[in-house]
Order: sequence, then structure tokens, then C-alpha cells
Amino acid sequence: MTDKKTLFIDGKEVEFTDEPNLLEVIRKAGMNIPTFCYRPDLTSFGACRMCVVEVEGRGIQSSCTMPPEAGLKIHLNTEKTRRIRKTVLELLLANHDRKCLTCDKNGSCELQQYAEEYGITNIRFPDKALEDYLPVDDSSPSIVRDPNKCILCGACVRACSEFQGHSVLGFANRGAKTVVQPMNGRPLGQVDCVNCGQCVAVCPTGALTIKDDTEKVWAEITNPEKTVVVQMAPATRVALGEMFGLKPGENSIGLMNAALRKIGFNLVFDTNFSADLTIMEEATEFLERLKSGKDLPLFTSCCPAWIKYLETQHPEMLKHLSSCKSPMSMLSPVLVDLVPKYFNVERENLVVVAVMPCTAKKYECKRPEMYRNGRPDTDYVITTKELGKMIRSAGIDFNALQPEDHDSPFGEYSGAGTIFGASGGVAEAAIRTAYEFATGEPLNDVDIKQMRGTSNRSRDIELDLKGTKLVVRVVSTLVEAEKAIQEIKSGKANFQMLEVMACPGGCINGGGQPTSCNDSKIKAERAEGLYKEDAELPVRKSHMNPSIQKLYQEYLEYPGSHKAHEILHTIYNDKFAGSYKDV
Amino acid sequence: MGITNSHKVDTSKLDEIINEYEGKKSNLIAILQKVQEVYRYLPEDAMIYIGTKMEGLSPATVFGVATFYAQFSLEPKGKYEIKVCDGTACHVRGSMPVLNAIKARLDIKDGQLTTDDGLFSLETVSCLGACGLAPVVVINGKVYPQMTSDAIKIVLDTLLKEEK
Repeated sequence: MTDKKTLFIDGKEVEFTDEPNLLEVIRKAGMNIPTFCYRPDLTSFGACRMCVVEVEGRGIQSSCTMPPEAGLKIHLNTEKTRRIRKTVLELLLANHDRKCLTCDKNGSCELQQYAEEYGITNIRFPDKALEDYLPVDDSSPSIVRDPNKCILCGACVRACSEFQGHSVLGFANRGAKTVVQPMNGRPLGQVDCVNCGQCVAVCPTGALTIKDDTEKVWAEITNPEKTVVVQMAPATRVALGEMFGLKPGENSIGLMNAALRKIGFNLVFDTNFSADLTIMEEATEFLERLKSGKDLPLFTSCCPAWIKYLETQHPEMLKHLSSCKSPMSMLSPVLVDLVPKYFNVERENLVVVAVMPCTAKKYECKRPEMYRNGRPDTDYVITTKELGKMIRSAGIDFNALQPEDHDSPFGEYSGAGTIFGASGGVAEAAIRTAYEFATGEPLNDVDIKQMRGTSNRSRDIELDLKGTKLVVRVVSTLVEAEKAIQEIKSGKANFQMLEVMACPGGCINGGGQPTSCNDSKIKAERAEGLYKEDAELPVRKSHMNPSIQKLYQEYLEYPGSHKAHEILHTIYNDKFAGSYKDV
Repeated sequence: MGITNSHKVDTSKLDEIINEYEGKKSNLIAILQKVQEVYRYLPEDAMIYIGTKMEGLSPATVFGVATFYAQFSLEPKGKYEIKVCDGTACHVRGSMPVLNAIKARLDIKDGQLTTDDGLFSLETVSCLGACGLAPVVVINGKVYPQMTSDAIKIVLDTLLKEEK
């Protein structure tokens, strides 16, 4: 038996090894085939029938569900397969809201793309009657659901159940009446949706889109009285470039700073700075809990989807959650308190905008815990995708920009801050600092490689803090988080820290990032981009960041101080309204 | 889709049913049938409870199953469940006039399942497998063969009289 097996695609011999289906073999061979429902990170569903191929001796098969076999002779573009795909497109379009010009997905819609590629210029069926249109659901702060644009590919249903174990979205009814919707058509804002946006990330059409806040941000920017300051999350810098032809993982922070200033943001800071701040607080908190043995394992609290999940599903576990706010929600109050002082701006005229890879951050910034004196510290959250749109809308040639530096002092960051965007990064950054805090000795080898990786969604890392043995569990997706919780509940858990990111692979693969659902490798490339920046930075431990040290000297005193608790920490409780819990 | 029945449900009764089927999600249909037996329909809160309580399910998934199968009703059914067979044989032999007679007698509008007094619910079914008796009407499991619009009126009048 050899490992090398081959099959024939359009007469060309192609090798394959462990690809799960023909579609992957076809893609690996450098060819492509249209599909709506196939997403490599989700189970094959075979719903859309776009990826049909002709297999000699077996007739027409959907390539996403057929496993490869040695010696198969397959043909991608025969008269039959093309006719089937065209009919599928025509039938989908017959039932589809075709107002493409005013659709959020205009230009990035897969249905639109294939309709164009397959030359669908005429649809033989009449347009849907006006009374058959269903209402658009924009009740969620993060996600807009337009059932009239749904093609029932089921990608969102699978993402919701396979990533988050949640199945907030499900199929209802059957036949021509089938719809994808939350329980009994309830608004998304009133069910246990954690706002992660993975359903948006895998949606091929405009049925699920990100709630667009760019117009509100433009209104602030164009208002001459306002000083608009912006911060951007670690994961955004290695993905934004993809919207302008750069490779996934290519760090475009310099171009991003320049573009943000060109758009009209007055001051450009960086969430990486407050990632360092988070580490100062969280490492301190972790060491305190280790000492007292109380409420271990410590749960990281950077992911708003994870927090909402705990609140709705396991409120009794909230005591494990770190009291630290997320980096975004730590930087904003610091900016609100100090920018007026440092830059001579009035608080009323200060607007804080955050660029995030995450749709759930739109929800986080509206949480009452993030309000002070009746106003949120973060006024608006826009996603990486929305920023890309704003850059285009401003007529900026992104690649022709000269890289610029961020503004000081809330822009300097360490390598520990930048790796926050990848699964395992928060824990790695925390351990780098916790080690030195606990032992008082310098940590020479800062790379904790076992923590890294985007494909393995749950891993245990054993560490030795000079005699103190530690186990850190790193998970991405709430399915894995749930398993960790069950271990804790049954007393089997042996870890002292649990890092959770709700999106598979971490924030680099967040619901607000440029589309990456057709290629599993993009996650790893983006993570690589962050680790590369980390390796290149002169300072790689949060507590060595000079701006952080200065902030503590001038304002926050010391990690865990009264002042720090006042603005950087919060307590989440189980008073959660708007979920199914009313039963 | 906006049928909401804020019928508070007895969760201990639901627990009993779930436990009877070992809480396995593969038994969901049987569980829903049992719940429907108790309430004569599937209250929204019952579906939510089952979806949150049972492992591997969610309210949206339970709702999906409940709306996929015609046997499940999301609206309360009447004390008397009338099923008019509209299979081919019954249709040919005049099931529609029978259906219309029932609608007229009980004042049921198109799309309405249950009468306002909650006494009768009316639905058509595809085939009851009693084509020799066509057209057939079944009321609470009792078969009424070879119905006509006049005959069904008499049946209904009798039931109505009993209720008074």
C-alpha cells in the first residue's frame, strides 16, 4: 500500500492523500468549483448542488460530499454540470430579493458572483410578490438578518451549532416554506445569540450581515467640533490588507494608521496598548487567585461572546471570570479620562471609536457595565470589514500610502499585546508577565510555542513557574468551552487558567474580519502575522512597555489599585434579560 | 411565523416526559408527541424548555422539528379534532363539499384551525387508508364513513347538543 493515490480531473492526473472530499482535491489541484454551502471548517451538507461534477461510471455527484477514491475520472465543466449549476442559480434567484444595489453584500456576494460568472442575464420566473417579503430583523446590535436573501444553504445553522454548540439559528417549516430563523421567528436580539458573527462570516449572500455603523462614525468625523479618536484590535492589522490585495497575515498597521488619519480620525491609538494593560491587571489577579486558591480556574474575559454565553448558560460560573474588562473596554475609559487632559479636548466633544475583528464588540460597548456618567466609554465599534469599506469610500489608495506611526502615549505596545488576537495569545502574554511577577526573575525564552495554533481548538499547556506547576487550558469555540465547563463541574478539571475565544482560531477569525470561510489556511496565516510582529518587537512583555509603566506612575498607581478597579474592572452578574430564561 | 402562545407550562410534567425517554435527543419526536397529548398542541414554552434542557438540542432545533412534521400543531386543538380525508378517493367522492359544510356549520374561516370556543379543530389529511368508505371523516378517532354535507351536519349537531 502506498500513501500516494491519484485520480483524474478533466484528464489530468492529480494526487490526493487525506482530503475529506472531492472538492478539496479539486481545490488543491489549483482548480475551483462554485459552492454556496460548503465551508471547509464545517461538516459537508450537500444542500446547494452547485459543486456537482460528472464522475465516470457514477453520473452526477456533489463534490463536497463525495470522498475521493483512487482512479476516479471526474469532469468539472461538462454540458450537464454547467446546465445544472445554471438552473440552480436561476431557481435561487427566482426566490431571491434582487435589489443588489442596496444590499450590504453588493460586490462580495457569492450568489451575485456566480450569477455573473454563469451569465445569468435572464430569469424566467417572475419576481417575488411584495406581500411575500418577510420583515428584516435588525434587533441585534451586531447582526442583521434578511430572510429574503437567504438561499437555505444552512452554513449559518451549522456554524452556530458546530462552533458555538448553540443552534440559535435553525431551519423551520419545510418545502417551499422553509426558513432559517431563531426559535419561532423571535428577533435575534431576544434570544441567546452571543453575537459572535460566525453565521455572518459563512453566509454566502446578504441574508446575514454585520450591522453597519460606518455612517454614524462618518457623521462624527465630518463634525468639526468633535475630536474622534480610534483604537484598533490586534487581529485587525493582519487581515485588513486582504481587502486591498495584500496577503493574509501581512501586517498593515502602518498603512492602517495612515489610512485612519486620512479618513479624518484625529488621534490614532492602539488596542494592543491596552492588551498590555489587561495583562498587568489579569496577571496580578491570576497570581492573587493562585495564592488564595479561590475561584480557580480563572477564565479570561476578553471575549464578549464568551461572557454572554456564561451569563445565559452558566451564571453560577461567573465567579471564575476575570474581573478585567476587555482591552477595548479598558482603553476607552483611559482615553476618556486622559485624552482631555493630554490633548486639551473637552469630554463632550471626544468620540471614541474602536475597530474590531468582532461583531460581539458592538454589543459589548452598549452593555451598561461599559457606561459611565450616562455615556458609553466606547461610542462606536466598527469591524475590520467596515473600516475597509470606509477606506474605499474615502477614495484612499491603501497600498500607495506611506506607513505611519500611532499617536503617543496610548499607541505603544509590546509583543505580548499583539498576540492577543490569536487563540492562546492572551494566556501566553499573561504567563510571560505572571512568571516575572511571581518569581522576580526575568523570563529569557518568551516564546511558549505549545500555546499556539489555530487548528487544534482545545489544548492543555503544562508550565512550571519555578516550582509552581500550572496547567493552562486554551480553547476556541464555545463547544470546547462548554466541555471545559463540564470538566470543572464534574471536578475533573486540572487546569488553573482557561482562555476562551469564541471564534475558531481566535479573534483573527472573528465575525467582523474579511471573508475567510472558503480557506482554512487563512487563520493560520493571520496568526503567523501576529507572532511575526511579536518576534520583531523590541519589548515583548507587557509590564516592560514604557507607556504602560508611565500610565501606572501617573494615573493608575499599581495593578489592582483602587483606581484601576474603578475603571478597568467590572463584575458581571446573572441578571440577564432577553433570553429564553423567562420560561 | 409569529404564532406565540404564552401558555405557561408545567416543567415538572415535561421533565417526567423527558426522563421517560432518557433525555435522548434521538427520541425528540416521541417526546413531542407525548407533550402534544398532554396539551393538545405544542406550547412555545414547552419547546423552549425541551430545547434548553436536553443535551444537543436548542429551542430553534426543536421548533424546526415541530414545524417540519404536519402531525405537530403549534396552536391549541379543539376538544373535538375533526380530520377530513382529502386523499384521491375521498376527494373524487366529494370530500370538499363535506369540508365546506363543516366550515359553514362551525363558522371556521380559511386558515383557522380551531373554533373560537375551542370546541372543534378542523384539518384535512392526505389519506386515512379507508378508501372503500370514502369520503371519510374522523372525529377524535371515531370514523364516520361515506359522509355527505347533510350527514356531517347531523353528526355535528349531535355533538353540539351534547356540549350544551
